[in-house]
Amino acid sequence: MTARAFTGENGDEDVTIKILFCGVCHSDLHVAKNEWGFTNYPVVPGHEMVGTVMKVGSDVKKFKVGERVGVGVIVGSCKKCESCQQDLENYCPQTIFTYNSHYTDGTKTYGGYSDMIVVDERYVLRFPDNLPSEGGAPLLCAGITVYSPMKYYGMTEPGKHLGVAGLGGLGHVAVKMGKAFGLKVTVISSSPKKETEAIERLGADSFLVTSDPAKMKAALGTMDYIIDTVSAVHPLLPLLSLLKLNGKLVTVGLPDKPLELPIFPLVLGRKLVGGSDIGGMKETQEMLDFCAKHGITADVEVIRMDYINTAMERLAKSDVRYRFVIDVASSLSQ
Amino acid sequence: MAKSPEQDHPQAAFGWAARDPSGLLSPLKFSRRTTGEKDVKFKVFFCGICHSDLHSVRNEWGFSTYPLVPGHEIVGEVVEVGSKVEKFKAGDKVGVGCLVGSCGSCDSCHDQLENYCPKMILTYGAMYHDGTMTHGGYSNMMVVDEHFAIKFPQNMPLDAGAPLLCAGITVYSPMKFFGLDHPGIHLGLVGLGGLGHVAVKFAKAMGVKVTVISSSPGKREEALQRLGADAFLISSDTNQVQAAMGTMDGIIDTVSAVHPILPLIGLLKQNGKLVLVGAPDRPLELPVFPLIFGRKIVAGSCIGGIQETQEMIDFAAKHKITADIEVISIDYVNTAMDRLAKNDVKYRFVIDIGNTLKEA
Repeated sequence: MTARAFTGENGDEDVTIKILFCGVCHSDLHVAKNEWGFTNYPVVPGHEMVGTVMKVGSDVKKFKVGERVGVGVIVGSCKKCESCQQDLENYCPQTIFTYNSHYTDGTKTYGGYSDMIVVDERYVLRFPDNLPSEGGAPLLCAGITVYSPMKYYGMTEPGKHLGVAGLGGLGHVAVKMGKAFGLKVTVISSSPKKETEAIERLGADSFLVTSDPAKMKAALGTMDYIIDTVSAVHPLLPLLSLLKLNGKLVTVGLPDKPLELPIFPLVLGRKLVGGSDIGGMKETQEMLDFCAKHGITADVEVIRMDYINTAMERLAKSDVRYRFVIDVASSLSQ
Repeated sequence: MAKSPEQDHPQAAFGWAARDPSGLLSPLKFSRRTTGEKDVKFKVFFCGICHSDLHSVRNEWGFSTYPLVPGHEIVGEVVEVGSKVEKFKAGDKVGVGCLVGSCGSCDSCHDQLENYCPKMILTYGAMYHDGTMTHGGYSNMMVVDEHFAIKFPQNMPLDAGAPLLCAGITVYSPMKFFGLDHPGIHLGLVGLGGLGHVAVKFAKAMGVKVTVISSSPGKREEALQRLGADAFLISSDTNQVQAAMGTMDGIIDTVSAVHPILPLIGLLKQNGKLVLVGAPDRPLELPVFPLIFGRKIVAGSCIGGIQETQEMIDFAAKHKITADIEVISIDYVNTAMDRLAKNDVKYRFVIDIGNTLKEA
C-alpha cells in the first residue's frame, strides 16, 4: 500500500481528479452528525463524485488526462485477500472509505465536498460518455448499493415482481433498474403522496401504502423479491408477508438499532432476509455501463456548496426528489 | 349435536389425547375414516415425541383444539390398502410424518413441496378434506393417503428411524436447499437436541465439517466422541465464539426458544447463511449492520416435501443413520413430556405403541 497524505502528491498508480459534482448521500448526513458514533472530525463527506482527470501516475493504465471519471464509496483495500481477488473490495476487512477513514500511513481520507482528490486508479470509475455528470454522480453509491444485491440475489428475472420499500435516493434508482431488468415493480411506501410520482414519472407498475390494511392484505404473497432501502427502524413483518414462497427481502438501509425479525413467516414460507453493502469496483463499472445503456440516471436537485447545510436539513426530512448534487466546481470558493 | 371423536368415522380407534391446555394426555376412544381407494391403513408400532407435540398439547402456539391426539413421527405395518394403491401392500413397513394432505394442484404441490402448500393438512390438530380433525400417531392405527406415506427402508430399525420423519427431514431439507451438504462446507449446528443430533449425523455423512454450538458444556463429549462432530462451541463463552468468528458457511439453528442471533451472524463467513428451523414464539432481534457488511442471510425452513422425505430416509438407511432414542411405554408419556420440557432426553422419546398401547 502506498502512503497517501492529503498533499496532492500523485503516486505512480494514482490519478488526480478535479471534482465537478458530488452527490449528497444520507450517509454523509449520518457521519456529519456522528449518528453512527465513529465520526472523526473534521470530516469532509461526499462519496458520489464526478470529475476530470488532471494528472496520472507513471503506472496508470486505465485513464488519461482529460477523461471524465467517478469516485464512489471506497478509495483503498488490501488487494490481497480473497474478497479483493474476487473484485469484492467492498468486503475486504481493510477497506478504506472515501471519507472518515484512514490510509495505511495513518492520514485521514477526505471526500468529495472538495475541489480535488487523488485516488489509486483501481478505485476510479470510467464515466460513460452518454451519462450526464449531475444525474450520474449518485449512481456511485445509491446506484451500486441497489444494483449489487439485485444481481447477487438473482432479483433480475424478467417478469418477476420486485417490491421497492422506501422511495428516496436508493429507492427511486431501484425502480428504474427494476424496470430495465424487465421486472414488475411495486413501490412500498408510507407516503401516499408519492404515488403519482412513482407511477407516472418513475415508471413503477403499482404503489402500495403500508398504512392501508386492505391494499396490504390484497398484496400478500405476491412479490418475488423486495429491496428494503428504508434506513429508519421499521417493522419487517408486513414486508415479509408480501413475499411469495422462497421470497427474498434484501435490506440495504442502515437503521441505527436492530430490527424485529418474526421467525414464523421465514420458516413457513422458506423466506430469507439478506444484507448487501455497496459493490466492488468491477461491478460498479458494470453498473455505470448498464445505466448508460438504459438511460438510467438519478433524479437530482443541483445545489451550490453554500446551500449544503440547508440541504442536509431537508434531507433529514426526506425533502428532496431524490438526491441533492453539489455543483462543486462552480461553487466551491477558495 | 356435535359428533364425538368416536362417531366421526366408521373405523374404531384409540389413543392418548390432551383434552385441555394443561397438556396432560389420557386414553381416548376415537375413529378413523374408511380406507379409501387411495388410502393405506396401518397399525402403529412406534411414534416419536417431537417438541411440537409438547407445544401443541399445551396450546403454546395458540391454535390447538381439543381433544388432541399428537404424534407425527409414526411407523407401522400396513394391514389394508385401497384398490388404487400402488406403492404399498399389506405387511409393508410404512412411516407418516407431519403431513397427511395438501391441495394437490398449486405450484408448491406440483413442485413436490407439499409442506409449503397453503392448504397443507397437518397430521394432527388440523382439518381434513372431510371437515373432521386429524389425529396423530399416539394411537393404535391410522388411515393415510398413500401419497403421504413413506416407504420405510428394510434395514432401518422402526423405533430409531421414526424420529427422522420430522426431526430428520426438518434438518435435511435446508441442508440441501441452502447448499450446506457437501465436502468443503463448514456447518454450525445450534442446539443439540432431537433435530441437532440428527443434523450432526447427516452432515458427517455428507462430508461436511460440523461445529456444534450449544449452551450446555456437558454435551461436549457426546458431540465430539459419540456423534462425531468436529468441534464444539459454548455459545456463552465469548472467547470461544470470538475465535470462531467468520468461519462457518452456514448455521442451522434448531433452538426454538427466543435467543440472540447476533453472535451466530458473527460466526458466519462472508455470504454465510443462518437458517432457522426452530420457531420461537416471539420475534428475534435482527442486527442489520452485520448482515449488510458481510452480505449474510437469515432464512427459515419448514420440514420438507414428501418426495424429499423419502429421499432423506433412504439416505439415512444407506448411511445407517438413526436417531438416538429412549423407548417408553405410553403410560410414561406425561412424564416424558415434562422431561422434554427440560430437555432431559438423549435425544428423542419414542413411544412403543405396538406393545404398550392397550384399549382401555
